[in-house]
Amino acid sequence: MGLDQVPHNFLTARLEDLVRWGRRNSVFPATFGLACCALEMMATGAAHYDLARFGMEVFRASPRQADLMIVAGRVSQKMAPVLRQVYDQMVEPKWVISMGVCASSGGMFNNYAIVQGVDQIVPVDVYVPGCPPGPETLLHGILTLHDQIRTGELMRRRAASPTGGAAIDLGAVPAPAAS
Amino acid sequence: MTTVDDAPREADHEPSDEVAAAVCARFPGSIAAESHGQVVVHVDRAALADVARFLRDEERFTTCVDITAVDHLRTAARVLPDGVTAERYEVVANFLAHARNRRVRIIAQVPAADPVVPTLTGVYPGTGFPERETYDLLGITFEGHPDPTRILMPDDWIGHPLRKDTGAARVPVTFKGSPDPR
Amino acid sequence: MTTAEHDLDRLEAQTDEGAQELRTRSRSREVVLAGGGMWPEDELGDTMIINMGPQHPSTHGVLRLMMELDGEDVVRIKPVVGYLHTGMEKTAEELTYVQGTTNVSRMDYASNFANELVFSMAVERLLDVEVPPRAQWIRMMMCELSRMASHLLFQATNGMDIGAVSMMLYGWREREEVLRLFEFITGLRMNCNYIRPGGVAADLPDGWQERVLEVCDTVEAGIAEYDALLTENPIWRERTIGIGRITTEECLERSISGPILRSTGFAWDLRKAQPYLAYDQVDFDVVYTENGDVFDRYRIRLHEIRESMRIVRQCVERMPAGDYRVQDKKVTPPPRARIDESMEALIHHFKLFTEGFKVPAGETYVAVESPRGELGCYMVSDGSGKPVRMHIRGPSFYNLQAIEPMGGASLVADAVAIVSSIDPIMGEVDR
Repeated sequence: MGLDQVPHNFLTARLEDLVRWGRRNSVFPATFGLACCALEMMATGAAHYDLARFGMEVFRASPRQADLMIVAGRVSQKMAPVLRQVYDQMVEPKWVISMGVCASSGGMFNNYAIVQGVDQIVPVDVYVPGCPPGPETLLHGILTLHDQIRTGELMRRRAASPTGGAAIDLGAVPAPAAS
Repeated sequence: MTTVDDAPREADHEPSDEVAAAVCARFPGSIAAESHGQVVVHVDRAALADVARFLRDEERFTTCVDITAVDHLRTAARVLPDGVTAERYEVVANFLAHARNRRVRIIAQVPAADPVVPTLTGVYPGTGFPERETYDLLGITFEGHPDPTRILMPDDWIGHPLRKDTGAARVPVTFKGSPDPR
Repeated sequence: MTTAEHDLDRLEAQTDEGAQELRTRSRSREVVLAGGGMWPEDELGDTMIINMGPQHPSTHGVLRLMMELDGEDVVRIKPVVGYLHTGMEKTAEELTYVQGTTNVSRMDYASNFANELVFSMAVERLLDVEVPPRAQWIRMMMCELSRMASHLLFQATNGMDIGAVSMMLYGWREREEVLRLFEFITGLRMNCNYIRPGGVAADLPDGWQERVLEVCDTVEAGIAEYDALLTENPIWRERTIGIGRITTEECLERSISGPILRSTGFAWDLRKAQPYLAYDQVDFDVVYTENGDVFDRYRIRLHEIRESMRIVRQCVERMPAGDYRVQDKKVTPPPRARIDESMEALIHHFKLFTEGFKVPAGETYVAVESPRGELGCYMVSDGSGKPVRMHIRGPSFYNLQAIEPMGGASLVADAVAIVSSIDPIMGEVDR
């Protein structure tokens, strides 16, 4: 019996699909604009290119509240540990978009000061090329990420790390005292 | 709030090397030169802070626009006036006199064996940051600087990246299918 | 009377609301203590050092601030920079003069043309070439459009930092128009690499006059909106008037230039004082104010957008005809159509883009007025195809030294407004 013959207003879906739908339609990016790419990232969030229609206009300052880290710009040697710390503070599920060629591979700055690709520090899901990538390119990257979320493994990284990737040692939390 | 429609001011109609002449008179051993229409005075590095004080107090140079240094380790053709002994480093300071609308550049030669010059922060506090940068990237020590620490590189970095004997640390470019050098 | 109380007096005179609440709160602390209350007193004068950044939405890029706090009062602010150090000056020693503009363009990434201009001017001075008038006017127009884009960015981010979040969207709406114009003329929205030694990369496309005037009209309507929204707004005025004060002496001794210096009553603008390009042939005013606070710097940048539009409109009317690059074989590649026809042209093009041209030995310092202040390039050449030293005097690097006098007697809540009004771009701070 097809759904159109059902007189009630309900729909059925697999749980995984609903979870993936929820995850991809409200990805909260963490503010990690470093250099020129940050301006194009802000342009993507602004009125003309409007990330809000994808549910992503809420850039969270706190990495604990963010799902997605868009590394927008060149990562210097001094910034690399900060980047890793912010990534560690994000809770699973989390994704990383490496925006621009400097974040993807060091870009035109092949020297002592720039980390040659942010994938040396954090695992990257989507690389967006460009110097800087225009908002349309970044949007294409974001939609590619949404596709990955739609078709990807739900528990993909949680299995790999004992703490859910959040740099919290669950064993150190004391059990509540019985009163 | 007011706006001002200033007609463009012309530089003082003084002889172009009047400032240079004053510096050379006060600091014997200094050599004046001209570089593409700009006044340059080569001074002894020990006198750098005194020259700055002289420029500020008596020649009305209100601002030290920039302090930097150059490493001439590999420079084949150097443009130096007669009487200036070439050393590996040159500390370059640019000054601007707003009221007189003129600039002057002071260059001091600094030997590689002893890369120390006096700080200008006592005269122009704005040289605090650029002196730290020159120390960080080129290893020139500014004696008397209130905060002689690295400013651009991480605090535990070893070496001075802009020196000519330090490489740029290029990572070889890899192509698809080639073994990863990392 | 302490500085804080003096400010409260002034605020009270200006508005009916808010100031007396602040005053009451601080008085109530004394009342509580006098009544034997439990409010902890800093008998030893203990201060707390907190860290803001480098990853923080309001620090305009990766700026880290160490603030020493006595309760809510900021005793000292120290900026820690270097989180965006890119080794651009080292990279410049490995790139030819033709490639050099791509590198410097990414320093002050909010106004790319200013960086390219100062680099190109330094190279041209060392080469001793004279750029044709049309190229000068095109450069001037692009630099002023870039100034408009940068100040629109300032309006957006400054508004958002102080709390007028919708300013972010309004500022970007107008900035999009300017960026789209850049794409029309140069091919790229940002980091355009359009101003090159010898002139500009390509001539203006057909129909540019209409496009440019359209953009000017759109931006003019936009900034009339910002003016109406913010300038007389009591909340905006309370948050910005009297905050982040700096004096002319403090600016001059710290080598601070640009809108910060002009906000203290010192009307210094390199475009008027030491004109370059064709600034002595166009009509515009130098915008300056007297008080040296955040409000003044906001107003200066707003009015500078208007002055830039005046210059751009004059450029549209008076753009001279002629070459867009100096016709010197040493510096200028042949027109691309000739490459198909002539072997010499092909070889010439090849040599220019692989080896580059050689610049005679020498050194020079060139300065222009970027949206942030005096942007300078100190270049040393040795007769080869790459510079010995290419140092950029980034105005934000020096302007950041203004944080100490401005933030030294402020409240934590104002620290963001103060940093925002300095408008630093970390790309040129750290290079």
